[in-house]
Amino acid sequence: MTYYAVEMNTQGTVAVDDTLLVKDIEATAGSRILEGFKPLFSAEAVTRLEKAGYTVAGKTHVGEFGLDLVGEFSYYAPQTEGALKGAAAQLVADGGVKAALGVDLNGAPRRAAALGGVCFMKPTYGTVSRYGVMACACSGEQVGVYAANTAEVAQVLSVIAGHDDKDGTSLRNEHYEYETTASVSGKRVAVVKELVDRADEATKARIAAFADALRASGVSVEEISCEWFDTAATAWQMLMAAETCNNVSRYDGVKYGHRAETYKNIDELYVNTRTEGFNFLTKATILYGSDMLSKTRYADCYDKSLRVRRVIAEKVKALFEAYDALLTPACSQTAYEAYDIHEAFRKVFAESVFTAVPNLIGTPALVCGGVQLMGDHFAESVLLSLATAAEKEGK
Amino acid sequence: MKFELVIGLETHVELNTNSKIFCSCGGHSSPKEPNDCVCPACSGMPGMLPVMNKRVVELAATAGLMLNCEISRYTTFDKKNYYYPDLPCAYQITQLNHPICTNGLVKVKTAAGERDIRIKQIHMEEDAGKLVHSGNSSFVDFNRTSVPLIEIVTQPDFRSPEEVVAYLNKLKNMFRAGGISECEEGAMRCDVNISIREEGSEEFGVRTEIKNMASFEAIDRAIRYEAQRHMNAVEFETEELVQETRRWDDAAGKTFAMRNKETEADYRYFPDPNLMPIVIDDEWLEQIKANKPAAVDEKAEEYSLMGISEKEIAVIMTDHKIAALLDGVIAQGIDGKDAASWILTDCAGILRKNGQVLKDLTVTADQLAAIIKMVSDGKINRGAGKKVLIAVIEDGVDPVAFCEENGFTVQADEGLIASVIDKAIAANPQAVEDFRAGKEKALMAIFGACMKELRGNGDPQVIKALLEQKMKG
Repeated sequence: MTYYAVEMNTQGTVAVDDTLLVKDIEATAGSRILEGFKPLFSAEAVTRLEKAGYTVAGKTHVGEFGLDLVGEFSYYAPQTEGALKGAAAQLVADGGVKAALGVDLNGAPRRAAALGGVCFMKPTYGTVSRYGVMACACSGEQVGVYAANTAEVAQVLSVIAGHDDKDGTSLRNEHYEYETTASVSGKRVAVVKELVDRADEATKARIAAFADALRASGVSVEEISCEWFDTAATAWQMLMAAETCNNVSRYDGVKYGHRAETYKNIDELYVNTRTEGFNFLTKATILYGSDMLSKTRYADCYDKSLRVRRVIAEKVKALFEAYDALLTPACSQTAYEAYDIHEAFRKVFAESVFTAVPNLIGTPALVCGGVQLMGDHFAESVLLSLATAAEKEGK
Repeated sequence: MKFELVIGLETHVELNTNSKIFCSCGGHSSPKEPNDCVCPACSGMPGMLPVMNKRVVELAATAGLMLNCEISRYTTFDKKNYYYPDLPCAYQITQLNHPICTNGLVKVKTAAGERDIRIKQIHMEEDAGKLVHSGNSSFVDFNRTSVPLIEIVTQPDFRSPEEVVAYLNKLKNMFRAGGISECEEGAMRCDVNISIREEGSEEFGVRTEIKNMASFEAIDRAIRYEAQRHMNAVEFETEELVQETRRWDDAAGKTFAMRNKETEADYRYFPDPNLMPIVIDDEWLEQIKANKPAAVDEKAEEYSLMGISEKEIAVIMTDHKIAALLDGVIAQGIDGKDAASWILTDCAGILRKNGQVLKDLTVTADQLAAIIKMVSDGKINRGAGKKVLIAVIEDGVDPVAFCEENGFTVQADEGLIASVIDKAIAANPQAVEDFRAGKEKALMAIFGACMKELRGNGDPQVIKALLEQKMKG
C-alpha cells in the first residue's frame, strides 16, 4: 500500500480551513464549544482532493465559525487583536501549500485573499458539495479555493466541484471544467461606484489599475451606479444570523465538544456550556438571529429578507444582461487593522457590503490582485479569464 | 344544561420505511440496543446534511389518498427550534407552511351512527430520540431520532370518546393493511383537543389539549375525565377553565396542567434551506395512486364477495403482509375463499404447532398457489397438499418437485389401478361376498384396500369407476 500512496500524492499539498471536516483531525471551527471534537468523516471536497492525489497538509485557523469577517477571533489562536490575518491566505502566499479550501459564508476568505495578495474563488452555489462543512448559513455558504494564481484556482476547483448525493442542494452536473484563458476581448465590465467610493485611496488605485489592465486586453470597462448593495448586505446579515443561530444550536454540551464542569440541571448545562463555549461575536449573532426568527419579528425581518433576496436576484440578473462582470473592492482597505472584538462586530456590518451579494444569491465571485470580480451564475470561467488577462497585463 | 363535547385530534404515526427520513440508518423496526441505529446525521454532528427519503413522501401521500385528502404538488420543510437532549440538532424538521396533504374526510361509525371527520392536513416530520433516566443520571438514545412520522390533524369534528376510538381503530387497520405503518404500541401517538359547549351552540368553549397519549383505552378514559372536568367547571363553577396543555396520569385517573414554560415556547419556525421544495408531478402522483392499496372498506367488500368470512377478513386486514400474500395467490387464478382457508387454517395451524404466529409466515404467493392448484386440479389430494405445505414452510422446498420426489402425484393409470383392484378383490373374499349379498358399504372396504396399496395417491374417481365396473359387471 505504501508505494501506492506515494504514487498517488503527486498533485501537491493543500490546507483546509477549520470549518471543513477532515476525518480524525480535531475540528473546532475556532470555537471552544467544539474542543476535542474529532469528525468521523471528511468533507466531500476534501475526499475529492485526496482521491485526485492531493495531500492534506493540515488545518488552518479560522475566526469562530468563520462568522468573524474582520478580526478573526479564534479560541485556539493568540488573542491579540487581528492575530490570524487570514491564516489560509497567508499560508498560500508564503508558498507553504499549493492551495487551500475555505468556507465562504460572508466573504471572509475573499477579504483575506485581497489583504494577503492571493486568489480566492467562491463558486456558484450548489456546484461544490457542502457535505462536511460545519454549517452556519446553509442557504449561502460555499466551499471555495485559495491559490496563488487563477490557473491553480481553476485546477483545484474542477476537482472539488460536481454533483454529490449527500447534499440535497447539490446541482445535477457531474463535472465542471473551468477555463482561465478564454478570449476576453469585447467583454463588458462595470465598476460599481458606490462600493469604490467606500474604499480607501490605495484600494481605489488598485481598482483603477485593474480596470486599465482589462482595457488593455480589449475589455470595455465603465462605471455604474447601484444603490442596493446595502439592502442586500442587510438582508444577508439577517438570513445568515438566523440560520447560524439555528445551526449552532446543536452545540449544547450533551453530545460532544465542550461541556461546562458545573451544572445542576439540563438548563444550567445548556446555559453554562454555551456561555463558556462561544465568543462574543457568536453570541451576538445567535441573539440577533434568534430575534429575526421570533414570532414578532419574523414577517418584518426574516421573511422580508427572503423577499429582498428574490428582488436582488432579479436586479443582478438584469445587470448581467448588460455586463459580463462587476469589478468591486473586496474590502475597504489594503492592510489589516486591529479591532477589539466589540468593534469587530460592528465593523462586520460595514464591510459585508462588499461581499454579501454573491452569498445572498449564490453567484460566483473571484478575488485576484486585491480586487473582486462578481459574475452571473456559472460564469466562473469568465471571471477567471478576465483576471488572467489582467494578471498578464499587470506584469 | 345539556352539553356537547367537541374534540379534535393530532395523531402521529410512525411510517413503515426501511430507512430514516433524512439518512440511511434503518427505519422503525431495526434497532435493538440503545444507539444501535445512529449515524452522524441523525445524532446531530456538524457537517451532515439531510437527504430526503423518497419513500416517506410516497407513504405520506398514500395515507392522504386513503383519507381522501388533496395531495399538494409543492411541499416544503421547515425547522422548528427547541432545546431538549433527545433532539440532537436542537431543531426538528417538520412541515409548517406547505404540508403534503390537506382537506381530507373520514367516515367514522359508532353505535350512535356515522359521522364525517374532516382532515385539516397531514404533514411529514422526523421523530425525536428518547431519554432514559437512571438514578441521578439521564441517558440519551438516538435510535428513534429521524424516524419518519406523519401527523394527521383533524378538524374539531368528534362528539364522543367512542368516535375518537373508532377513528383511531380505523386509521390503525387502514395503515396496517396498506403497509403505511405497523401501528405497534407507541408507534401511534395522539394529542387530544377538548372543549364543551351547550348543545346547539355554534360557539366553541375553552379548549384544553392533552398531550402525547399512546393507548386507545387511556385516550378514552382521559377524554371522559376531561369532559367531566369541563362540565363541572361550567355548570358548578368548580374552577376557571383556561386554554392550556395538560398531561394525563393514567394511574391517578386525572389530567394535570403542564408548566407554562413547556407550552408557550416560540418555536422560531423557518424554511429549511437544505431541503429543496418537493414537486409531485402528474406522473409521480399517478404512480402513487396506482400503487395505493385499496381502501380497507373496498378491500373488505371485495373479499366478502369472494365468500371469505367476516372473521377471516378481520384477521387479513390487520396484516398487510397476509393481505398481500392472499392477493398474490388470488392473482394466480386461485379461488379467494379457498386461498383464505389455506392461509388462515392450514398455514396458521402448521405455524402454531411450531410455536409461531401468522406474522412469521415465509411462504410465497407462488409456492402457495402452486400447492392449491395441484390440489384443485386433482394432481394431488388435499392430505398430500398439506404435507407439501409443511415441507414448504419448514424447509422451503419447491412444492412441485417435492410432490414428484415423494410420489404424492395422484395415480390415475387405469391399467395399474385395475391390477391393484384385482389384487384387492382377491385378498378380500368376505367383502366381495357381503357386497353380492346386497351390502353396498362393503365396496368401501375394497376401495380402502386399493387406496392403501397406492399409498393414498390413487385417483379416487378412477378407482371408484373401475371397482364398480368390476363388481357389478
